[in-house]
Amino acid sequence: MAKHKDTWSNQERYIRKQKKDRRMINFWRVAGVIFLLGIWELAGRMGWLDTFIFSGPVKIVQCFCRMLRSQDLLRHTWITLKETLISFLLMIGIGTAFAMLLWRFERLAKICEPYFVVLNSLPKSALAPLLLVWLGANMRTIIVSGISIGVFGVILNLHTGFLKVDPEQIKLIETLGGGRKDVLSKVVLPSTLPILISVMKVNIGLSLVGVVIGEFFAASEGLGYLIIYGSQVFKLDMVVMSIALLCILTILFYQAIQLLEKSILNRFTL
Amino acid sequence: MGAFLDFSNVSFAYHTKAGETPALNNVSFQVEEGEFVSVVGPSGCGKSTILSLIAGLLVPEEGSISFNGENTGIGYMLQKDHLFEWRSVYKNCILGLEIRKQKTEENLMRVENMLIQYGLMPFRNARPSELSGGLRQRAALIRTLALNPQLLLLDEPFSALDYQTRLAVGSDICEIIRNEHKTALLVTHDLSEAITLGSRILVLSKRPTRIIYDAGIQFPEGLSALQKRNTKEFQDYFQTVWEVLNNGKA
Repeated sequence: MAKHKDTWSNQERYIRKQKKDRRMINFWRVAGVIFLLGIWELAGRMGWLDTFIFSGPVKIVQCFCRMLRSQDLLRHTWITLKETLISFLLMIGIGTAFAMLLWRFERLAKICEPYFVVLNSLPKSALAPLLLVWLGANMRTIIVSGISIGVFGVILNLHTGFLKVDPEQIKLIETLGGGRKDVLSKVVLPSTLPILISVMKVNIGLSLVGVVIGEFFAASEGLGYLIIYGSQVFKLDMVVMSIALLCILTILFYQAIQLLEKSILNRFTL
Repeated sequence: MGAFLDFSNVSFAYHTKAGETPALNNVSFQVEEGEFVSVVGPSGCGKSTILSLIAGLLVPEEGSISFNGENTGIGYMLQKDHLFEWRSVYKNCILGLEIRKQKTEENLMRVENMLIQYGLMPFRNARPSELSGGLRQRAALIRTLALNPQLLLLDEPFSALDYQTRLAVGSDICEIIRNEHKTALLVTHDLSEAITLGSRILVLSKRPTRIIYDAGIQFPEGLSALQKRNTKEFQDYFQTVWEVLNNGKA
């Protein structure tokens, strides 16, 4: 039998309120999207919007099904996914290695710092045409574009994180007879793991941006290519659908990193 | 035969862009095996510098530091326990053995035995955050003792604890150190702690540091650190050291 409202304890009331809030937030998140899609579709059908230019939800779904049947879509999505993952892993790997090097050699860090700051703030899309000329219209260019967009930020953020490690913890390792290598492996890397994960969270999205920019210039397949191709031949359904797929990829990447975060930080929380 | 530890005419200064800060000026003292020496002095007078010099983390600019005895291993306890949360209690305790590549069966056995003896066995696989302040200090001490050092350097190891815990943990840790027959140097800014825990007290002056007072401490046998605080001897020692500290000379 359900408890009468008056007999609820304050704690129960609090929990119920929290649950209700969460339900309402989720409801409005979904309702908002459905509402906008509905208006969009309606505007197309009523002739308020030109569907040739603005496309429409139903047309996008039709385009999605058509391309899915011809298997093109899976290939394009897979290519973008693959390029993003490769760029991301290389970006994190190269960034971490450089950050470790800068941490180990303070003078090198001082010499390099201004260059990294400049390179980090440079709009990387400006590099894409250069990369195309240097590396050719192939996957290499796209991956380098994906790496370049975030790698300098990874280096700067991780290096700053490494430097923030409690000097007393470093002293502890020294009192136990450890050298720089021990300090790095026993203290610096494990204690900056949360920073590494937050850097990964930011950069998984950035490598997707870099890959799509690369695909604009140098690809004959991938979602970035579909966007450029679609806009050139005025298949706006294809363009919007590709953008929607990019959104879904971003969400998936983010969720994957969050899972990784949970499983790692449970064991390593500070 | 010389003293167990001979700290002889040591001078040391810190150098920064702003200038030179002399920390120690021609400081000499000796420690005999089995002594428990408390070191007190005004804050910033270079107490910790002395420990860092003995541990070899800093190198004296003048003078020498020598040990009598083969392989005088040195153990160091810092202000905070610095147990790493990403390691279990046991893994924290064997950190030094890992670093020095001395994970021999004998050494690991000694760690296990200390965990049993000092009540940490039930927390062997726990995370440090699950331990109380006192148990954390014990774990930190086992980590230091795992390398079987003959000389222990304690750099205000209880200062991060609240007062009540500190009284209990202080005497607890010192009991363990005596039990393991170690020679120890305890740096502290707490006069009561210095008097009740040490068998000898060194008082340092303001910078550049000199030793202004050096005397043995004796209490009637069998008193705990807490009981010592209620004795006449304690009040006398306290009065003397207090005056020395305030006057800057004996």
